[in-house]
Amino acid sequence: MTGTEIAKERKAAVSVRALSKTFGQGDYAVTALDSVELDILENEFFTLLGPSGCGKTTLLRLIAGFELPTEGSISLQGEGITDKPPHRRPVNTVFQSYALFPHMTVAENIGFGLRMLGKPTAEIKQTTERMLALVQLEAMAGRRTDQLSGGQQQRVALARALAPAPKVLLLDEPLAALDLKLRKNMQLELKSLQAETGITFVFVTHDQEEALTMSDRIAVMKSGKILQIGTPRDIYDRPTHRFVADFIGDINILEGTVERTDGYLATVRLRDGSMVSAHLGTASARSGNVSVAIRPENVRLAGAGETPTLTGVVENIVYFGAATNLHLRLGTGEEIVIRNPGAVDEGKYQPGATIGAIMQPDLIRVLE
Amino acid sequence: MSDRQPPSALATAIANNRRSERATRAWLLAPALTIILAISILPLGITIVYSFLTPGTYGGVTWEFSTDSYVQFLFQRDIFDDTLVFNSAYVSIFLRSIGLALGATIGALILGFPTAYFIASKPREQRNIWLFLITLPFWTNLLIRTYAMLLIIRDEGIINIMLMKAGIISSPLTILYTDTAVFIGLIYSFLPFMVLPIYASLEKLDFSLVEAGYDLYANRLKVLFHVIVPLAKPGIVAGCILVFIPALGAYITPELLGGGKKLMIGNMIAMQFGASRNWPFGSAAALILMALVIVVLLVNALAARRGASNNG
Ligand SMILES: Nc1ncnc2c1ncn2[C@@H]1O[C@H](COP(=O)(O)OP(=O)(O)OP(=O)(O)O)[C@@H](O)[C@H]1O
Ligand SMILES: [Mg+2]
Repeated sequence: MTGTEIAKERKAAVSVRALSKTFGQGDYAVTALDSVELDILENEFFTLLGPSGCGKTTLLRLIAGFELPTEGSISLQGEGITDKPPHRRPVNTVFQSYALFPHMTVAENIGFGLRMLGKPTAEIKQTTERMLALVQLEAMAGRRTDQLSGGQQQRVALARALAPAPKVLLLDEPLAALDLKLRKNMQLELKSLQAETGITFVFVTHDQEEALTMSDRIAVMKSGKILQIGTPRDIYDRPTHRFVADFIGDINILEGTVERTDGYLATVRLRDGSMVSAHLGTASARSGNVSVAIRPENVRLAGAGETPTLTGVVENIVYFGAATNLHLRLGTGEEIVIRNPGAVDEGKYQPGATIGAIMQPDLIRVLE
Repeated sequence: MSDRQPPSALATAIANNRRSERATRAWLLAPALTIILAISILPLGITIVYSFLTPGTYGGVTWEFSTDSYVQFLFQRDIFDDTLVFNSAYVSIFLRSIGLALGATIGALILGFPTAYFIASKPREQRNIWLFLITLPFWTNLLIRTYAMLLIIRDEGIINIMLMKAGIISSPLTILYTDTAVFIGLIYSFLPFMVLPIYASLEKLDFSLVEAGYDLYANRLKVLFHVIVPLAKPGIVAGCILVFIPALGAYITPELLGGGKKLMIGNMIAMQFGASRNWPFGSAAALILMALVIVVLLVNALAARRGASNNG
């Protein structure tokens, strides 16, 4: 099932239409977002993924209402919120720096949103206790926030943003400040919190592994534009752009020319003369020079008697336990990596040896 | 000997060394101690001593112990039967001064907080210009500035001329030589003392906390009172103390703008050393003023400690 198919089945929690944001004017103008179209669905764990400066935070701040768009509109469950101030949007943010109020206790921090909404004291107390239990900080209720560890502060920030039961929760790199182990734990905790509360999460990260493990769907961004939206498998197995393919995981990219097309398949002549058939996907280039991509784990060593797709000279063999990477230099000067599960026969595969590789035909993609 | 008893020789050496170190330290401390002694302890001592003496006929004191000065602050001695009758004159001057100083503090806070917030919200490179403008009046003598204020608010001053030209009033407002004039003058004189500490604490304020406030359904006013003001509290308290204390003891402002008719503590004390020729009473009044200030500072210190232990 592709991302667009899912989008048709469920209602959109956040819809973004032709959204642009430019900071500054004249020579100093920076276009942080450029005509972004996006539908984030109800109950979805949605991730914005992209390199530093691509506009992830800007998009999140526009949804939260901290910035106003230069152009375009944002709606929440069908209701236009483009011009509403942040305090009138049922959307809460978990800030990267946590932004916990230092003059309040943990419990006061968590109850703040409900207090500002004018909820009765009994309800605030009850919800605060429920939230403290949810993030396992019951014992810390009366503590000041600067007496907490990073992970605990992170959980208070989460509880504070979840307490008013927002329609959408925005998280801007919430795990960036944590060490690796805590980070892995919090990834799981976040994921289960999302499932438990049923609240739509919009999560920002520039860590592709984090995005792949946590998300229902991912939007990959580059220079203010969304390049591809899809499930982690869509993004990983069927990248549409060279940038997406490169940014997520390892990938081999080869240049070639389209010979002919047949429906969604293209026959591509690679530079060394070999012919491969590749999925066109949504690529607009249907003729001429194209790039094709394949993951290292989808390239295997040619066995005896098999006709290899490509031949090259082994340059490097990198063993890392579960797999071995063989770096192959092709006759054209291009390099590909073969990921072989487990170790390889050291007698046969050595730097300098000429070997054959087979690309799994249905896993080659033409890139935009 | 040094062979037989090396430890004791060493000990002596160390002790000598320590002694000389201590001597050096004493010499290094001397200038600071002299200054503290000369400018704070000595005058204070003299004031305390004078307050317990008897006034001389032509000013100065006669060396005769008396607590009359303190008694005089609250009571009047009946000339006929020598009984003490409560006299509210001086107490009311003190109360008036406290009232004016409090009013000026509140006024300075109301004007100073938005000013400080305005400066803190400017881009970093513009802030120094605004701070410079705020402190600019300090480059002129307070006396001159107060005279300038006098020219502005007098009956034929700029304010009245403009209001009359605009047709808002038909006859000039009498501001000069009223409490209002003193009040305006005090605010004007001490406003920077309010702005600067508040600015210092607002400048450190993490703006994402303000955004977190808005995000959690607080409108502008609620963010102001639930997030910004509590976080700027140290600056607000410092500003209030820095305005209240000098306003309480102000001399020039009430003298010029109040026309010397309506006294504040400062004028009353000055008068004892001048026309009234009652140095002991002047000293006593000065000490009572100081006691008042110390009480204010103590209350603040206690409140701060209670706040800290509440949080901690
Ligand atoms: N307030 C601002 N004024 C001017 N330019 C800004 C402002 N905020 C963001 N930008 C610019 O907009 C672009 C996108 O910034 P944004 O913070 O959204 O990136 P990001 O994807 O969140 O990056 P990172 O991963 O580093 O957090 C950047 O080029 C940035 O310099
Ligand atoms: Mg960012």
